[in-house]
Amino acid sequence: MARALIHMPATARRGEVIEIRALIGHPMETGYRPGADGRIVPRDIIRSFVCRYNGEQVFGAELHQAISANPYIAFFTIATESGTLEFTWEGDNRFAHSEKMTLTVSAA
Amino acid sequence: MKRRDVLAAGAGLALLALARPASATPEEMAAAIKVFTGGVTPKEGKVKFDIAQLIDNGNAVPVTVAVESEQRGADHVAAIAIFNEKNPQTDVAVFTLGPRAGKAEVSTRIRLATSQRLIAIARMGDGSYWSKSVDVIVTLAACIEGEAP
Repeated sequence: MARALIHMPATARRGEVIEIRALIGHPMETGYRPGADGRIVPRDIIRSFVCRYNGEQVFGAELHQAISANPYIAFFTIATESGTLEFTWEGDNRFAHSEKMTLTVSAA
Repeated sequence: MKRRDVLAAGAGLALLALARPASATPEEMAAAIKVFTGGVTPKEGKVKFDIAQLIDNGNAVPVTVAVESEQRGADHVAAIAIFNEKNPQTDVAVFTLGPRAGKAEVSTRIRLATSQRLIAIARMGDGSYWSKSVDVIVTLAACIEGEAP
């Protein structure tokens, strides 16, 4: 099971732009490197990352081999209403991981 | 297209396929960009591409791409893509944004195989494309060492 870290504020004012930083433990094996036995290590990467805010997608990313191991992605979104942000990573070898964070939005 | 053109194109493709794992080429980058933009040539400007000019370690290079935009109505950034010239593969990442992003800025960490040119392209809500390219020098390359024992 992968370990993921999400860094974002727990509370925000309505309309405020908040920064979300997401980090997940994953080797992002490129498929171009030889292993200890001299054979190429098969590719194993995370291919997509999606952030949904109360079910609606606010950010998405399509990742390739050129993304570093333990992919880190930072992005912004507008705090519209209190609710849950769901983060989903999907990749090779049926890799799937999701995290949920709650955000409390107060009136502006 | 004449028959000889078709044959020449075929031979070129076969060569590319053989040389594939070594490194991509500027032509391949141009082709990948074309796929992203749908044939539109991106204009220079609006995009800010933040990356160190001299990179000690190509395994994890922090990059930030920011686009000048109100991020409202038609003037919003719909997607930001990063391409490279000489990694084994030209695509780095494609980020999908929307009017709810609030601020058209993304950061991540990428791998670079060698000194090369990188390009960031933003697709706006009205279908226009803006780009910014940077040249970087990489001293320790990613992707060359084998697996740690």
